[in-house]
Amino acid sequence: MRAGVIEFPGSNCDRDLAVAFAAAGARVTRVWHKETGLPKGLDVIGIPGGFSFGDYLRCGAIAARSPVMRAVVDFAGAGGHVLGICNGFQVLTETGLLPGALMRNAGLKFLCRSERLRVATTDSAFTRLYAPGEEITVPIAHHDGNYTADPGTLARLQDEDRIAFTYADNPNGSLADIAGVLSANRRVLGMMPHPERCSDPRLGGEDGLRLFRAVAGILESA
Amino acid sequence: MSTTTRTRAATDQEPEITEELIAAHGLSAQEYAEILRLLNRAPTFTELGIFSAMWNEHCSYKSSKKWLRTLPTEGPQVICGPGENAGVVDIGDGQAVVFKMESHNHPSYIEPYQGAATGVGGILRDVFTMGARPIAAMNSLSFGSPDHPRTSRLVHGVVEGIGGYGNCFGVPTVGGELRFHAAYNGNCLVNAFAAGLADADAIFYSAASGVGMPVVYLGAKTGRDGVGGATMASAEFDDTIEEKRPTVQVGDPFTEKRLMEACLELMATGAVISIQDMGAAGLTCSAVEMGDKGGLGIRLDLEHVPVREEGMSAYEMMLSESQERMLMVLRPEKEAEARAVFEKWDLDFAIVGETIAEDRFLIMQNGRVKADLPLRALSGSAPEYDRPWISPPPPAPLGPVDRVDPIEGLKALISSPNYASRQWVYQQYDSQVMADTVRPPGLGAGIVRVHGTRKALAFTSDVTPRYVAADPREGGKQAVAEAFRNLSAVGARPLATTDNLNFGNPEKPEIMGQFVKAIEGIGEACRALDMPIVSGNVSLYNETDGQAILPTPTIGAVGLIADLDQAIIGQASPGDVLLLLGGPGTHLGQSALLAEIRGREEGPPPPVDLAAERRHGEFIRAHHALIAACTDISDGGLALAAFEMAEAAGTGIAIDATDTAALFGEDQARYLIACNFDAAEALMVAAGKAGVPLETVGRFVGNDVILGGASAPLPELRHIYRTSLAASIT
Repeated sequence: MRAGVIEFPGSNCDRDLAVAFAAAGARVTRVWHKETGLPKGLDVIGIPGGFSFGDYLRCGAIAARSPVMRAVVDFAGAGGHVLGICNGFQVLTETGLLPGALMRNAGLKFLCRSERLRVATTDSAFTRLYAPGEEITVPIAHHDGNYTADPGTLARLQDEDRIAFTYADNPNGSLADIAGVLSANRRVLGMMPHPERCSDPRLGGEDGLRLFRAVAGILESA
Repeated sequence: MSTTTRTRAATDQEPEITEELIAAHGLSAQEYAEILRLLNRAPTFTELGIFSAMWNEHCSYKSSKKWLRTLPTEGPQVICGPGENAGVVDIGDGQAVVFKMESHNHPSYIEPYQGAATGVGGILRDVFTMGARPIAAMNSLSFGSPDHPRTSRLVHGVVEGIGGYGNCFGVPTVGGELRFHAAYNGNCLVNAFAAGLADADAIFYSAASGVGMPVVYLGAKTGRDGVGGATMASAEFDDTIEEKRPTVQVGDPFTEKRLMEACLELMATGAVISIQDMGAAGLTCSAVEMGDKGGLGIRLDLEHVPVREEGMSAYEMMLSESQERMLMVLRPEKEAEARAVFEKWDLDFAIVGETIAEDRFLIMQNGRVKADLPLRALSGSAPEYDRPWISPPPPAPLGPVDRVDPIEGLKALISSPNYASRQWVYQQYDSQVMADTVRPPGLGAGIVRVHGTRKALAFTSDVTPRYVAADPREGGKQAVAEAFRNLSAVGARPLATTDNLNFGNPEKPEIMGQFVKAIEGIGEACRALDMPIVSGNVSLYNETDGQAILPTPTIGAVGLIADLDQAIIGQASPGDVLLLLGGPGTHLGQSALLAEIRGREEGPPPPVDLAAERRHGEFIRAHHALIAACTDISDGGLALAAFEMAEAAGTGIAIDATDTAALFGEDQARYLIACNFDAAEALMVAAGKAGVPLETVGRFVGNDVILGGASAPLPELRHIYRTSLAASIT
């Protein structure tokens, strides 16, 4: 599998995401935000966490309008797999690839700690190796992870089984405890928790590595 | 006095030099006389500003230099000691760790968010200026009493500022300290530590070399922020403090992150001859430093400096402390390559001057001379004082202590913001970015893996100001000893130290006496424990209306774990034995218990036996494989250390001791060890052979904390422990 990891100025989990993809067996290419096209042959695009463009306007807003994101939108439109983590999730909602928005945490503070997540659907390339309803522990680290959407969008996400993960102890006020959502074609996943930070037994767990293995496995065999 | 034509031309738009102006620049009459002697004429306004920037306490260390020279700074592990932006220490395999701790006390008290944020920014710059990618941060924070009207705002602002900067920059914060004491009501302390990783043969230094080399300005634009900040940081506070707010700089971590990436990329091209970050006194300090170390002069043409605002004077540009800026001397043939790197990262890149052969610091603006000074004299002739000092009086002995109910004592400690869980603070910092954090903050030393290897580095920050106030020499020793223990407790070999010495007004002999004696103690301990000081910072004048802080020489220390298999990072399990290494507790003088429960900060601090410290630390490291979990004993004695172990493991604990001193005494050179019964037997045998006192003091069992017959349910204590900090500062 070939994975592309997008780098914006201010991204700071780009290396971490590349390491996790590599641990799952992927060949990883870094893609600079000023690129107007993607390297040929990518199977999955990762949009990393961090503070793209300092999060200065609105988290992910400036990154969503950078040249490379037009190519990512085309890639997703053609059925490509895209994974956005933390700031990457914010970028995906800003581009419209995923519905909803991420607001300031309900407690108004940045929060970095491990959270228990419930795997809400196993029907995606990313979540297929988890058991339905399985509880996993994944770190969060964000100031703006409070997921929100209008009632119609929430109903659609629920009806279409597109909520990927929910928090067991909602840390940030997210609507319906949502920690991650899928696109309509189930190939774009955005999530606030950091699976790349629990993809190594030395760093407190491998619950995240299964997500990378899942997507690597399905795309390898495709 | 001869005043040349060109000097007159330069001064015609600048204020006249008056006694008031000299005093406002923090220069004494003798210092001004020395300037007149050096120049053989009156300085221009810009020149006066430059002298003030170079000669203030913050930049010149004029009160402390004499004593700092006595500290041990060398060892086979040391690649570069004090004097550069940060210290450099060998960690094997051609790699080095680069680290330093620095204070941002005065700005943080005036404007907590930005003061703390730019403190973090400054220390990160110090590290990546040397060619190292920052991999860990810590911070040591001291605030006034929780019920002081200013404290809550300061804590919230400082913690958010540290998080706001470090989280965005992308460095994991893995440790630190937080204390509250009325002595910090008028002066909080914000000491920021950063460590980076570099190849040992690719360290970058500040000494310029070669004549006619371009001096290049990189990073953010220059504004009027922070003009005079270093001078502000060298003065006491009084009721005009609010007027000092404009001297605090504003941080931009996004620019700093790009600046770091660009600098590291540029360094890899071989274009950089020397590099210096613009910190305190910005352009002035950085340019003088590069010239002075390289034995060269520097000429700057200020019209080329990228500016944020129109009409800035030479004085303002030379003294601006705008953040996220660097000065470099580059190889001219690499200019195009260098420019391309900075354009990639959308950062300003401007050639603002050149190195010159003469000993001259020549500042031009639009073809006019604004300053023309002998460069070497600016740093070399900085005043140095041997300030009078008096030996601190020995502490009076501790009076009688009545018995404290052990559970009542434990509850008093864990409900105090000084000893309650720090989780409320740490969860506001990203402790895991870079995905190499092996041990998060809050459990003693933090541990970060050296990326792509099986090695790891451990980080700790320690000082017990109560001890230092009571006996500066013993207190200085103790700060180093506790750092040594915190590193040893996770299986790390202590490598080296950075010191951040926070004291009151050095012009008072009793304050200077604290400083002198604390340095003696620190030096003795660093020598005995083989932890040379490779970098540091001095912050004096931490006084408000004549009230000084507790003497607070913060020790930041780094240890190496050669293989993660040697790290002691487990938890106690139900059924495990609790072993005490180092003998029973006997010493209640200056103990946390008496301070918290009785308001008594009395008696001598516990004496430090450095040979025992070394022996006991080595014993822990040598037997890491037998140890499930380990912690050192410090504030709060055996009782608090054992509770923290049990709380982290989620199991009850039963301890037989009933005596107050045995439970809460803070005798030094001691550790608690959790392990299974077989390992405990093996450790007892080994301890017998090594002559190290080791005894069983309890057992991890059940769901209660039992101390000498008294008990309380763990969940009840855990609730107190985890909620008391937030409750006391909101």
